[in-house]
Amino acid sequence: MTAAPALVCPAGSLPALKAAVDNGADAVYLGFRDATNARNFAGLNFDEAAARTGIRYAHARGAAVLVAINTYPRPGAWTDWIRAVDRAAALGVDAAILADLGLMQYACDAHPGLRLHLSVQGSATNHEAINFYFRQFGVRRAVLPRVLSLAQVENVVRNTPVEIEVFGFGSLCVMVEGRCTLSSYVTGESPNTAGVCSPPRAVRMQQAGDSMEVRLGEVLLDRFATGEQAGYPTLCKGRFEVAGEHGYALEEPVSLNALALLPELMRIGVKAVKIEGRQRSPAYVATVTRVWREAIDACTRDPSGFRIGPRWNAELSRQSEGRQCTLGAYERPWR
Amino acid sequence: MHAGRLRAAVALMKLALGPLLYFWPRARVLDFYACAERWPVDIVYLGEVVCARRREVRLRDWLDIGERLAAAGKEVVLSTQAVLESEADLRALRALVRNGRFGVEANDMGAVRLLAGHAHFVAGPHINLYNPQALRVLAALGMKRWVPPLELARSALADMQNERPLGVETEAFALGRMPLAFSARCFTARHHGLRKDDCGLRCRDDPDGLPLRTQEGMSFLVLNGIQTQSAAVCSLAGQIEAAAALGVDVLRLSPQSAHMEEVIEWFRARIDGRCSAAQADAALAPLLPGPMVAGYWHGRAGMHA
Repeated sequence: MTAAPALVCPAGSLPALKAAVDNGADAVYLGFRDATNARNFAGLNFDEAAARTGIRYAHARGAAVLVAINTYPRPGAWTDWIRAVDRAAALGVDAAILADLGLMQYACDAHPGLRLHLSVQGSATNHEAINFYFRQFGVRRAVLPRVLSLAQVENVVRNTPVEIEVFGFGSLCVMVEGRCTLSSYVTGESPNTAGVCSPPRAVRMQQAGDSMEVRLGEVLLDRFATGEQAGYPTLCKGRFEVAGEHGYALEEPVSLNALALLPELMRIGVKAVKIEGRQRSPAYVATVTRVWREAIDACTRDPSGFRIGPRWNAELSRQSEGRQCTLGAYERPWR
Repeated sequence: MHAGRLRAAVALMKLALGPLLYFWPRARVLDFYACAERWPVDIVYLGEVVCARRREVRLRDWLDIGERLAAAGKEVVLSTQAVLESEADLRALRALVRNGRFGVEANDMGAVRLLAGHAHFVAGPHINLYNPQALRVLAALGMKRWVPPLELARSALADMQNERPLGVETEAFALGRMPLAFSARCFTARHHGLRKDDCGLRCRDDPDGLPLRTQEGMSFLVLNGIQTQSAAVCSLAGQIEAAAALGVDVLRLSPQSAHMEEVIEWFRARIDGRCSAAQADAALAPLLPGPMVAGYWHGRAGMHA
């Protein structure tokens, strides 16, 4: 039997956390209700009481809780970030997911028993970088940016003692996480500093004749004809013009779905699969968690006989952005 | 700061020619750096930062170019590739780090890992340093200079400078189209309908990148292979006194295909006190490939003035 990777699911709220745990997540990840995490959206995330309830709920059912404190603190707000680390440690979380060098040093010094994961926002795409965080801070797991091919993931796994976690499903970052400031170029706020990309406060939708114009700040991201499906206006998924050609110059509104690669991910020794989507509903979390749980269980029982269940992809694509899925960078032609 | 002391601080600032971010034909690269030998810059960063497929100028060529620049009195630094994915990327990184001659600018934590404890290094703009605690971690490992992330505001930089570790220099990205993002995907190849593995090196056709406009025709971004840049040009020519007051030691000017020498001369004139901010801005505007902005510096959206 192949060792099953841990299924790590998003919890943007207490109901989402329960949905993940009830549907078979091995771990959930959550953030506190402020800019210390990379999904800093109104109405989302956990205050201390909700976090305590959620942790109790998960632990009682054998699921781990990981707390993402994965934005980069700026000098004036440093204490907010170290308080978040202190809070995570005091709550008894199973790991803190960090990106910032200064914050990792603080966590090592102040909470030597706290298990550390390197966030995808840490942009570590190779084993030398991951081994830096291992040597320096004793990081136990690293989440890989969505930029490596399967062969490259395998090479990383072979060359580091750090557990490797990869994205399995969800919204697709076309850029290397932690190395994209497109959002702050237009709005002043980026994932690194504010925990947001293309923040809702900067989005404007305007009817113009028979089309709908979508802007981020003053930048026109797209025009939609009546009846055309419009997803959340993420900057890199707009339609632009390059040398006279119009279209999705950077990326189409698609989601990552690596379900078909599960046997390969298991064979190469990936220790955890992450589902993206703390900003999504409990229903999304329930469906995606359940499908991935079934798939991981099936693949663990019989890796060579693994076939994608007939309902799985249909259920997943209903939850996808743009209802289209891609293997992303795992597959070379995407590049 | 007292006016006289500020003038002295400005006069001590150094100019750096940042690494070439575009793919130019070999002859053009050699010619550019032959010219750079007599340009009034103090530091020159060399090497391919963006894409491993750009192989017209190899490490030994960069070392030769570096020798000539060093003989002309420049400090030479070799810049590492920003996104390292494959074992081949890491082999190239190791060769560059162990070049035995010039200092290295790390643009990935993998490079920091190889340099830590062995050699002084520069932490480039693609290393995420947003607070003094992070600066201290790298200073303890041998960082002698850092380039703040492009999006860092002057106010945050001021706070970091107050607690900057002793002996660490600060270099601000002071002129050029801003490198905003990296991807595994090559957007230039995608535009041409080609796969990255068989891209035909089409980025060679765009000496200042491939412009991307909104559906309203607004110049927005520039595609440079796997890198996405701003269409607007960051310029701190008007902010030199403010930068000096914060203790910024070096101003980085990013290579562009035309008027590089004139651009450098105007920055040199600002440092030497031979022209005002307004005079420099007026002179620079027609020399740049896009409108001048400094939004990030002022704590605003990067595309704003």
